[in-house]
Amino acid sequence: MNLISTPLLAQADPASAGAAPSMERVPTVSERAAEALQHGIWGAAFYIVIGLVAVLIVVSVLGLVMSYIERKVAGHFQCRLGPMRVGPHGILQSLADGIKLLFKEGIEPGHGDKVIFIGAPIFSITATILLLAIVPVAPGIQVVDMNVGVVYIAAVSGIGVMGILMGGWSSDNKWSLLGAMRAGAQMISYEISLTIAILVVVMFSGTLRVSEIIESQQQGWWIWRGHGVAIVAFCLYLIASTAELNRTPFDLPEGESELTGGYHTEYSGLRFSFFFLAEFANLFVFSALATTFFLGGWLPFHIGDYEGFNRVMDILPPVISPLFWFGIKCTALIFLLMWFRWTFPRLRMDQLMRLEWKVLLPFGFANLILAATVVLTGLYFFPTAT
Amino acid sequence: MTVEVSSLKELVEQASGTSGSPDTQEYFVNMGPQHPSTHGVLRLVLKLDGERVLRCIPVLGYIHRSIEKISEHMNYMNCVHLTDRMDYLSSIMNNWAVAKAVEEAAGIEVNDRIRYIRTIFAELERIQSHQLWWGVLGMDLGAFTPFLYGIRDREVLNDVMEETIGARLTMNYVLPGGLMADIHPNFVNRVKEFIKYFRPKLDEYDDLLTNNVIIQERLRNVGVLSAQTAVQYGATGPVLRGSGVAFDLRKDHPYGVYDQVDFEVPVGTVGDSWDRYWVRVEEMRQSLRIVEQLLDNIPPGDFLVKKLNSKIKLPEGRYYSQLETARGILGVFITSDKKDEPYRLHYRSPNFNNLWCLEPMIKGDYIASLIGAMSSLDLVIPDIDR
Repeated sequence: MNLISTPLLAQADPASAGAAPSMERVPTVSERAAEALQHGIWGAAFYIVIGLVAVLIVVSVLGLVMSYIERKVAGHFQCRLGPMRVGPHGILQSLADGIKLLFKEGIEPGHGDKVIFIGAPIFSITATILLLAIVPVAPGIQVVDMNVGVVYIAAVSGIGVMGILMGGWSSDNKWSLLGAMRAGAQMISYEISLTIAILVVVMFSGTLRVSEIIESQQQGWWIWRGHGVAIVAFCLYLIASTAELNRTPFDLPEGESELTGGYHTEYSGLRFSFFFLAEFANLFVFSALATTFFLGGWLPFHIGDYEGFNRVMDILPPVISPLFWFGIKCTALIFLLMWFRWTFPRLRMDQLMRLEWKVLLPFGFANLILAATVVLTGLYFFPTAT
Repeated sequence: MTVEVSSLKELVEQASGTSGSPDTQEYFVNMGPQHPSTHGVLRLVLKLDGERVLRCIPVLGYIHRSIEKISEHMNYMNCVHLTDRMDYLSSIMNNWAVAKAVEEAAGIEVNDRIRYIRTIFAELERIQSHQLWWGVLGMDLGAFTPFLYGIRDREVLNDVMEETIGARLTMNYVLPGGLMADIHPNFVNRVKEFIKYFRPKLDEYDDLLTNNVIIQERLRNVGVLSAQTAVQYGATGPVLRGSGVAFDLRKDHPYGVYDQVDFEVPVGTVGDSWDRYWVRVEEMRQSLRIVEQLLDNIPPGDFLVKKLNSKIKLPEGRYYSQLETARGILGVFITSDKKDEPYRLHYRSPNFNNLWCLEPMIKGDYIASLIGAMSSLDLVIPDIDR
């Protein structure tokens, strides 16, 4: 439903449609679907199927590629090689693991709540897929571009925790339950900081639509145009998204050495791999969103109106350029998050909560107020350009 | 001091059915015998209130191999072989403990060369044991990378020792009356190379874990063990010294050639996990110092004072001898009835006593702290059960 109705709303709103005059808007998949719907149901269905298939392919390929990268990165951080046996440099390792997981028995705990137990991984991956729908990879390569994109992100990213809570609750295992409760407390707390960090960018760009947030960074990415305030917001975002992703140093819900695997202790086979896929796809999504909000999404590195410099940066052909820039920024962020994971030890639950409620949250609010002042006074770089 | 004795069954029955308040309920959970952080088959029964540990009851016996009983049917030469399987990270020191007891009882004097080599190997093994402990502590606290760094350096040292001994884990090198084999011609040079290699690595260890703020947060003021409690529970080794008691057999009752070398005994002040951590890291440095001082002065001589046949007969009586392993004092108690087999052989193993310090130091703290504190005790489970 959403897939069709929101772009229609957006089209009915001339103000938001006209907000990006500098560049010709390439319609997203959902917009094409909505347009086709006016001519007949089959055209719309075609685009919807394309969108769904694309997202599914992206999720599974992400799972394969990211787990391979993660293992290679981990390997090289730890003075070893990582997977090397299956295929050249082990590139087929994740495929082999995927096939193995397919054939594994899906064990259900005897006294667990079966319906919730089976539903939990699906919930988890659904949240990720919904989030993936709004990730802007390049102009037009985005499933939905709704006018309340940021609100949507904040809302949907909260669903993921439901899957984890359900999984831990229905497993009939005290360790799982502990992990799930940790996840609930942690993800709900850190969502606040995450949203506050994003709000800074929303104030700078003056829009909630994701593609327009990117367009507003034509003169330069917010992370340097917004100077100190944006850098603080970026750091907050990084910390909070690491916590949202349940990655070290915030991997308490899994807490392998404490909770023997936390919420997914009882899961096996394909159901476990769903949690796994969701985790890796989420890693991509949060890096992509950080790219979108702070690093200018698909835009190349520009400095205001320095024509010469900007032209050098625009040297790539227009079809490759967005993919290249988006890819390189996203990869760098993913690498950074992996770097965190393979360097830091884990925090304790009370320290985690203290960090959020006593450090990040006050900082976030102060930063938000400061950002508002900066925006109002136009104290950031190239304020008139947008 | 009163001693309270209650069986596990009584405790569980007491708790079931009664809940303290309407909203929270205390519950029991089994940590182990299969748990990633108990490093073996140690089972802890935890009484929890949420994540707080109200009681922690170690349940032993999962890896009991009746080494003491088997020893009663073996001659003294053969008894040594079994000690490798107790604290497998201090195998040479375990061998030495038996050898020392038998030599003292039988009045065998070993030459200087043997004493030098024994001391060097004991210190190398202490380093090797602490390397593994350091890595495992990192892993217990959620950082996987230190484990592989620790293993990497342990590998170098293991290779050096393997060249002489021929084994890597159950080294079985020290015999009553001498050594199994003479040192390899390369040994001195390779140890020198190792020292040159490992000194900078120790600083790397500091960069990775010691100076990490999360590690300090996780270890400081966690699992505080007062000097009085430590002595009461019979804790020895780094656990005792971490609590501020400067008791080290190498210094207080020197054996081997410890009276001829210059080294310090690191002592903690607070008795928390951090002190125990620091003591062990510092011990690695001191062990390097000891080895360095001895390496160039190994006197010539035989590696076995006399070709001992297996029939060493001890005079009737009871003999006790002890030495400092990587984890504390290993005592050997022999009751002899003039035969070549001991009438009774008892080991006072350091881990057994150190384990019981866990409950007083962790009461009322979080599960995550329990993991950290247990890791700082550096338990080797086969040594507890024997």
